[in-house]
Amino acid sequence: MTDQTPHSRPPRRFNPAWLGVLPFALFVSMFLIAPTLNIVIGAFQTPDGSFTLANIQGLFTRSIMSSYWISIKISVASAAIGSLVGFLMATAVVLGGLPRGLRAPLMTFSGVASNFAGVPLAFAFLATLGPLGLVTGVLRTEFGINLRAYGFNILSFWGLTITYLFFQIPLMILIITPALDGLKREWREAASCLGATGAQYWRMVALPILFPTIIGTFALLFANAFGAVATAIALTGSSLNIAPIMLFAQIRGDVLGDPQLGYAMAFGMIVITAVANVTYIVLRIRSERWLK
Amino acid sequence: MSFLKLSHLEKSFGASHVVRNFNLEVERGEFISLLGPSGCGKTTVLRMVAGFEKPDVGSISIAGKDVTALGVRRRDIGMVFQAYALFPNLTVAQNVGFGLKVQGTARSEISARVQEMLALIGLPDKADRYPYQLSGGQQQRVALARALAPRPKVLLLDEPLSALDAKIRVSLRNEIREIQKALGITTIFVTHDQEEALSLSDRVVVMHKGVADQIGTPFEVYNAPATRFVAGFVGTLNTLEAEVIDAATGTVALGAQRLVLDRPLPPGPVTLGLRPEMLHMEGGPAYLTGRVMASDFLGSVVRVRVDVAGQILALDQFNSTRRAPPRVGEELRFGLNPSDVLVIAPAG
Repeated sequence: MTDQTPHSRPPRRFNPAWLGVLPFALFVSMFLIAPTLNIVIGAFQTPDGSFTLANIQGLFTRSIMSSYWISIKISVASAAIGSLVGFLMATAVVLGGLPRGLRAPLMTFSGVASNFAGVPLAFAFLATLGPLGLVTGVLRTEFGINLRAYGFNILSFWGLTITYLFFQIPLMILIITPALDGLKREWREAASCLGATGAQYWRMVALPILFPTIIGTFALLFANAFGAVATAIALTGSSLNIAPIMLFAQIRGDVLGDPQLGYAMAFGMIVITAVANVTYIVLRIRSERWLK
Repeated sequence: MSFLKLSHLEKSFGASHVVRNFNLEVERGEFISLLGPSGCGKTTVLRMVAGFEKPDVGSISIAGKDVTALGVRRRDIGMVFQAYALFPNLTVAQNVGFGLKVQGTARSEISARVQEMLALIGLPDKADRYPYQLSGGQQQRVALARALAPRPKVLLLDEPLSALDAKIRVSLRNEIREIQKALGITTIFVTHDQEEALSLSDRVVVMHKGVADQIGTPFEVYNAPATRFVAGFVGTLNTLEAEVIDAATGTVALGAQRLVLDRPLPPGPVTLGLRPEMLHMEGGPAYLTGRVMASDFLGSVVRVRVDVAGQILALDQFNSTRRAPPRVGEELRFGLNPSDVLVIAPAG
């Protein structure tokens, strides 16, 4: 006989495997969740701690809206170009029948380059495409091409966009490559057996299957560029008023210092990047369902 | 004139010679199985027929037309793959209608043909489902409907049942055969499963190391294997090493025992083949005696292993409540018909 009812469950025991993820949980709590909560709360508080919507209202000024708009344009441009170029490069390497040995170096380089940002990246681009940069000089002296005469300036919208592409394209390659691997050879073969041309296969099968991943990755690249601050500050200083630079100025407090408005700006950026990231996750889940 | 003709096909991948001098003529509406172990070249032959691989040597003709140099799209072939290969972004109806759509068929005609095909495979109510919403068996039926919808001249089936569980495999293979007969479509079926090949096919091609070892009806392949490989690969076969002691009468010695096969045999050592089901405990025109080494109850059948002059033979008897299986260690006298004994050619 036992005193246990048929529905009773054995007592739950602590699984020591949870200790393995403890450092990660602590790290995320201290450096992501707590600061984010602090920003969100700060965005709705006055300096003395009482509730207010004035900080949020303060975002709707011309200069701040303009900074958001420039940020969005740069992010869209770098994400769109990064997605397109990264997709084409990954497709060429994965499906294009190029030598297999090309793939490993490309993936390794992409892994490194997608994390190459901040002051080193800004310096690298100033040293190559800046007014006195190596590439600028070679183009001028060897080929008679004066980039400035064509309106190109590394400290401009397109200058920053091109710089961002250095990490955006590799990030796209890293994310789209597994999706391209997921395209089954049998799909292409079945399509051709049924009479489809290569273009019909891509239009009716491959691209629709990849579409969620491509759009999702575009959203991730957008968020990646939207949140990039160190590269922007190191490259352009304050010559380009994008949202992260405006935010930096508010929080640092040397000229425009208004920490509460800074919180509100950060809150706005969190909302935009969160939308982009959620879009990425949702589309990625949908795509994985197909590519299983 | 044969409908599908494969002549002297050869194919190598690097140093590996995968298909060697492969010849096959298939009549219109015939169901042919390519049977063999992994790596025997059967899938490569199928892929050459489809046009995915180009033969190094040889030619392929369909309905009298040489298609060797034609691209996959122009061969008028339907193919079903092992892993279904349904397009995951399209519904069942869109999958089935894909071939007609890319060929520019009118929408109303596509719709009618899709309905017809879904009715044929017994899934008329699944038109709006996506592949991930279907079971494996249902997906493979849709794949079959998709391959058949454009009315191909030849249907190629590349191990279409191997990803399915045993019960569905049996029911689907019967369905495939019924549909194939109903449409009268010339079909080549690749499998490594001998039961599938024997039960489905008009003829079976047993392949070994890139060569067609034997082409024949299932009855011929099973009962009169042309090579030692076919004898061993198709069905369960006991092999016995014996010595011909009277070439004229075909009398062989198995240790101290004698067996008269009533056919002339070359003198010297010989390999005999005996199917387990050809050995009878009730007796027969000829007898052998051995000691029971094991007696395995398999449900409908009891498989008894007997030591005959130092060589182990398996014999099958149907399960019966009126007869107990032989006991291990018991001396067993069992009968056989000499005409059932295969004389196996030496390995080439």
